[in-house]
Order: sequence, then structure tokens, then C-alpha cells
Amino acid sequence: MNYILLINGTYIVAAVLFIYGLKLLTSPATARKGNLVSAVGMFLAVSATLLNEEIIDFRWLLIGIAVGGVIGALFARIVKMTQMPEMVALFNGFGGIASLLVGWGAYHVMPLAGLFVMTTVFLAVLIGGVTFSGSLVAWGKLSEILPGRPMLFKGQTLLNGILLVAVLVGGSLFLSDPEGGYPVFLGIILLSLALGILVVIPIGGADMPVVISLLNSYSGIAACAAGLAISNNILIVSGALVGASGIILTNVMCKAMNRSLYNVLFGGFGAVTKGSEADVEGEVKPISAQDTYFILEAASAVAFVPGYGMAVSQAQHVLKELGDILEERGVEVSYAIHPVAGRMPGHMNVLLAEADVPYEKLIEMEQINRRIANIDVCVIVGANDIVNPAAREDTGSSIYGMPIIEVDRAKTVIVLKRSMSPGFAGIDNRLFYKENTRMLFGDAKESLGGIIAEFKGA
Amino acid sequence: MDPEICNEACLICMGLILVLSIFIGFEVISKVPSRLHTPLMSGSNAISGITLVGAVIAAGSAWDTMSLVLGTLAVAFATVNVVGGYVVTDRMLRMFQKKPGEGKE
Repeated sequence: MNYILLINGTYIVAAVLFIYGLKLLTSPATARKGNLVSAVGMFLAVSATLLNEEIIDFRWLLIGIAVGGVIGALFARIVKMTQMPEMVALFNGFGGIASLLVGWGAYHVMPLAGLFVMTTVFLAVLIGGVTFSGSLVAWGKLSEILPGRPMLFKGQTLLNGILLVAVLVGGSLFLSDPEGGYPVFLGIILLSLALGILVVIPIGGADMPVVISLLNSYSGIAACAAGLAISNNILIVSGALVGASGIILTNVMCKAMNRSLYNVLFGGFGAVTKGSEADVEGEVKPISAQDTYFILEAASAVAFVPGYGMAVSQAQHVLKELGDILEERGVEVSYAIHPVAGRMPGHMNVLLAEADVPYEKLIEMEQINRRIANIDVCVIVGANDIVNPAAREDTGSSIYGMPIIEVDRAKTVIVLKRSMSPGFAGIDNRLFYKENTRMLFGDAKESLGGIIAEFKGA
Repeated sequence: MDPEICNEACLICMGLILVLSIFIGFEVISKVPSRLHTPLMSGSNAISGITLVGAVIAAGSAWDTMSLVLGTLAVAFATVNVVGGYVVTDRMLRMFQKKPGEGKE
């Protein structure tokens, strides 16, 4: 039996299973099966690889699989749904470092493998390194170990430019003499790690959906480059699939914020201006849970607009409870989802699915905007920038032009908010000063609980 | 499979595979609805753990301590990605599938 043929044949089967699995992911009904199909493909690919005759010692690789498997399974089980962005960011980083190490290993074993292989090794190490350190910074920002606000300093763009040039110069030096270039190679690794940190540090928390998507794509491209380096087709196919997926998501996120990728990466969003606060008119009108109850009780159509604050205070279950109470009273309840609400693509959908909200009730931005004038009460649960009318009205605002859920056109807006502090983007929200807006201050979960108590007491 | 014997035809073949995979990727993934974007992300995260295949070869064929360390670390990181990615995606998709009246997990 020719193992090379068997291994590569299995890789073809695995590639088909990956693609079919992704195809099943296009509908919620079949998505779970798709994930399973994809996992079977992965199992086959890895099992077949064990037949590779180059493998002479199984001890350490099995230890690696055991350790990684236990850690991965534990992570996946204990992570809260609200922490998904952090977890995905971290995993992107792990994918990046794995590709870096595979590229490094390939170079270490055969530094004379030729220009093509060395170029792909260089790319795997560079992209893998940027993905790794960039993802760790993103993870730090999302889990609030690092400050979420953009960190900017003078000459940042210049420094990034210098680093990039240094990497390219190092790369051509390395490629001109791979064998004697070990120190240069190590330098490239360090530079790529530094570059990853510096690229993500100036990006603010509200832009994290873009960054995570982009790093997701990078982790795929790095795997792809590693695959080219070691001439492994399944790595090329899978890496390309993930790369494409990440690029598509990045594009969707950028469109939803009406900004170019360049602007997200180099714009230093949120650190620029505090908006034109001077011309914000009106005053903030606080409201009690009891008065909120009176308003909701009289409403016939209510839309909830969740944002990152809902994730922070884990309010999705209470929100659903309130929604159910309203529905029992004949109120038409919907949940309006902005594409960049939360910290990653589809974040709100996952949280509401966790709370058992049927997905027909989740309405996308364009649809809800079309009928928002007929909605009696919009309840904003921890969202800020995605409902800020400055995106429509204030040409000086850094979010001007971004499509928003136009809640200010509803009859009444109730904002659940911890305090008057500006959102993640650091811009003041003029929605809070509008005539038809009422502010219910406090933790979103407690506020919703308070409203429910009013309903139950009545 | 050995890069040293990989000739021009082999390079062109890999290039072809790359280009076609990118096209398929765009075609299939652009049809995933936005409500499933988070599971798509964690699921594709798991797929990018395919580096495990390369890592396994590297760790198993290592001939000095350095390459063994590099390979084993790569195996561990990639396995976290694969196992963690698939398990967490399954956890999420189970919630999307949940029928009314079914209890929480």
C-alpha cells in the first residue's frame, strides 16, 4: 500500500468535508451538522498524516496533542457566550503562532530548500507572527486587561512604516542567503511580533469586530503560507478557505461602519475628537423603572436594541423574560440587530440565541429602520455608537456616515445605561439629549429586572 | 511531498489549488447569513488549526532538540485551535438549533 497516495487521497476527502461543512453553515437548521462534518474532515486529515513515513517518533507529538486537546476542550466548555470575542481573538493568535512555528521548523530542518520554499517560510513567519502578537493585544483589549481605548503616540505611523521596511529588507537579506541567515531570520520573527502589537494597539474597542475578522483571515493566510512552505495541499486549501472567510467578514464589518479598512487600521478611531459637544441641545431626562413600566404598558410595538453593554452585564436572559411578558400582553416585540453591535460579527445573535429568542424576532438594521417610525418604544440595552444620531447629523463626528439604527425616529426611546460616560468609541451621544429620550440609569440587568418586577407587581 | 523534490509542475499545481480554494471560499462563505457570523468565525478558526497537520510532521520527524521543541509547541497550539474551535462552535450552534420549550443546557 502506498501511503503517500492514501494520505493525499484522504486530504482530498478532508477538503471536500471542510467545504461541505461550510456550505451547511449557511442555514441555522443545518449549521450544527456542518460543524460536525468539518470536524470529521479534520480528524481524517490528522489521522492520515500520522501515516507519513517521515514521522519516526510519536511520543512528543502525542503529548502535544493531549495537552492542546485538554486545554482547548476546557476553554471551549468554560467560556461564557459573552466572552466569545476574547476567545476567538486568542484562538486566532494560536493559529498564527502554530504557523510561525511550522515555518520556523521547516527552515530549521532544511535551510537549503530553495527560493520558493524560503519565500513561503518568510511569509508564514511574518504573517503568523503579526497574527499572534496582534491577536494577543486584541484579546487583552477585549478582556479589559489592556485599556480598550486607542493608544496613540507621536510618530506611530512612521514607526510602523520603518518596521515594515525593516521586515522587507530583512526578508530580502534572508532570502539572498538563507543558510547563513539564521540571525536575520530570528530578527524577522521579533520584528513581525513587534509589528503585530503596534498595528493593533491604536485601534479602539468599537473597531474590534473589524480587527478580529482581519486577524481571522491572517491566521488562514499564515496556514496557507505554511502549507506552501512544506508542500502540503490540505494546508493550502483550508488556509485559503479561512483567509477568504475572514476577508468577507472584514468587508461586511467595514461596510457596516461606512469606513475603509485603511481608515480602521490607521485612523486611530475615537481618539481624534470628542465630537462637537457644544451644539448638543436639550437635557438628559432620567426615568425610573416604574415610569418605564407605564410607558411599556401603553405601547403596542416595542423594539429592543442590544449592544455590548448587554454582553457585559449578561442581560440577555432578563431581556428575553421582559420580551415574553410584553408579548403575553399582546405587544409586538422585536430585537433590532446592528451588524457591528458587540465586539465581533454576529455577537448579539449568539447571545440572544443563548437566551432562546427565536431568530424570526431578530430584525436586521435596514428592515427595522424602514418601520421604526411605527414603533412606540425603542429600548436601548447597552448600545451606544450604533444608535448615535451624530452619524446622520454631525458632519464633524468621527462616526458620521455610519449606518445606524435610527431609534430617535421612534415615538419614545428608553436608554438603559450605567452612567453618562461616552461609549467605547469615546464620542458623546446626542441621542441622550433628544426630546423623546428617557434615560434609565443603572446596570442593564438590574434595570430590566426592576421593570419586570413592576410588571409582576401590577 | 518532500519540498526538495518539488518541481515546477508541483508549484503550478499548488498555485492552482490555492486559487481555486480562494474562489470556492468566497463563493460558499458569502452565503453564510450574518446571524451565523460568530459560529462561522469560531468554526473557521478550528479549520485554520489544520496547521496541526504540518506540526505533526514537524514534531514527528524532528532530529534535534530545537526542531522537536518547535514541532511540539506547534502541535499543542494547533490542537487547542482545532479542539477548542469545534467544541465551542458546536456549543453555540446547539443554541441556534434549540426548539421552544427545551431547557437550558
